[in-house]
Amino acid sequence: MLILITKRLSFMVMTMVVVSILLFLVLEISPGSVATKVLGQFASDEQKNIWLEQHGYFEPVWYRYIIWAGNFLTGELGVSHRFKVPVGDIMWPRLWNTAVLGFWTFALIIPASLTLGVLAGMREGSKLDRTFSIVSILTTSVPEFASAVFLSAVFVFGLQLLPGTSGMINGFDLTQLILPVLVLFLYDFGYVARMTRASMAEVMTTPYIRTAILKGLPYRQVIMKHALRNALIAPFTVIMLQLNWLLSGVIVVEFFFAYKGFGALLLEASLNQDIFVIEACAMVAVFVAVMTQTIADIGYTYLNPRIRFS
Amino acid sequence: MATSETVTSFASSTSAVLRSVGLLRESWIGMIGAGLILFWIVVALFAPLLAPHDPLAILQPFAKPGMFHAASGTTLWLGTDNLGRDILSRIIWGSQTVLIYAPLATGCAYAVGIVMGLAAGYHRGWWDTTLSRIGDIILSFPVLILYIIVIATFGASGLNIVIAITFASAPGIMRIVRGLALDLRNRDYVAASQTRGETSFYIMMVEILPNARGPLIVDACVRLGYVIITIGVLGFLGLGLPPPNPDWGGMVNEARSMAMIFPHMAIIPCAAISSLVLGFNLLADGLREVSLRD
Repeated sequence: MLILITKRLSFMVMTMVVVSILLFLVLEISPGSVATKVLGQFASDEQKNIWLEQHGYFEPVWYRYIIWAGNFLTGELGVSHRFKVPVGDIMWPRLWNTAVLGFWTFALIIPASLTLGVLAGMREGSKLDRTFSIVSILTTSVPEFASAVFLSAVFVFGLQLLPGTSGMINGFDLTQLILPVLVLFLYDFGYVARMTRASMAEVMTTPYIRTAILKGLPYRQVIMKHALRNALIAPFTVIMLQLNWLLSGVIVVEFFFAYKGFGALLLEASLNQDIFVIEACAMVAVFVAVMTQTIADIGYTYLNPRIRFS
Repeated sequence: MATSETVTSFASSTSAVLRSVGLLRESWIGMIGAGLILFWIVVALFAPLLAPHDPLAILQPFAKPGMFHAASGTTLWLGTDNLGRDILSRIIWGSQTVLIYAPLATGCAYAVGIVMGLAAGYHRGWWDTTLSRIGDIILSFPVLILYIIVIATFGASGLNIVIAITFASAPGIMRIVRGLALDLRNRDYVAASQTRGETSFYIMMVEILPNARGPLIVDACVRLGYVIITIGVLGFLGLGLPPPNPDWGGMVNEARSMAMIFPHMAIIPCAAISSLVLGFNLLADGLREVSLRD
């Protein structure tokens, strides 16, 4: 177990290093273009050279990378040239907003998809199972921006029940959170539920479940005591990996509803070539993604007694 | 000799495909999916005949669906957008964009992914470790963030979209092909052709790949649907094809700020994308069901 954790953690560190090198190369390989992005299109060559000199851009690439990575580790994220403030000051509040959005989404997805997935997987091929699989195909086929449009048309334009944007200009407002959470829920829910269903259906065909049923145990007990324990291992991993999907998903939803979150920040920064914000956001996103994968892997091993005790 | 072998293997794979198409008739879900896809393919092929207007022509801004346009004497069945372009014509022409770029990007991703997966699964050892590690690293990156950074840095163009999608999807395909190759490499017919002295390229392409096609075809359908979503999302975020081209995702982006007053401008392209993706997902489900039956 300890060996596995060390192995996973070292892979995680390695991934972060490789990704940071790639990111650095893509965004900062040519100092001239960095200077143009920071100082703007109309800066003279002289100005650019002074700026580059001051910020150490005439050093060799590998040296610049080490300094850059060191700054990152100590939390020196640079200054956003668009907002003229340190990157951290903009990024951390935005990340918190996205965490709030993510929390509510998961609070809905986990109970709903596990319950439905287990119920459908318990009796493969039943009416409920067929209905469920068609509904989940339907929800995963509709892209997030499309379901955002459809839901807005119904609840904002048609019924006029909910606000159409989620800028939260006058402080936190729960009603502005409903539509973004619903859109994320619709897109992700089908996938998690389908995985749960598959896992449950597989467990139901195993010999030990057949034995439990044949020896006359009440069906309830077979499901609760024997089947669920094994059937819920796979969904655990899927849910953890879903965080990675969520990081992509929030970009669309935050952009559509003008929610001031992390994804929207990354998109704005990319469209405006706000280079240090892009770097910081990308590294944070990769860190979250790799971290959840590591937790998923370790958790999976821990939950699976066959691996834990071997 | 070699040609006759290729011909027979081609003939047998064609008949296998025909057989599965025949079997598909038993799955009504798959048939609905195939129908939806076929519908859009026909629309894309006959776009010049079907579209009532030039997709770039400016008729009359903010027309509601079903409004009569006096100047051309036609009814604008789906209305016009904020610049006054006919939405129906833009949807029809936009289907061409999607049906060219999505299969192209998926095809490129498959070409790269299959080669990597076969090399990793058949040769194993050093190849496998290196390729799998590279794949793991790429897959650990949140996809959309990868697309945004790549396209925002290198510029939005059809080619860059295809490259970005290939880069991000190939590792996933590699994993599937590798898994299949690991299983198939131990079969007797592979041993037989190794004894015959065939090159490993021949074995991978002629012995292993055709036998791995079943799961790959199902995966390709799902992936095509996903690539269509991706292209739509990029268009929606303003990172798709440059503006005047009729692109479904781009149409939603242009209509976004007006969606509360003129919802039809956004709803119609959204419905078009959703129906096409639904077609591929239903077809994949039907194929999976049929392939499990025999």
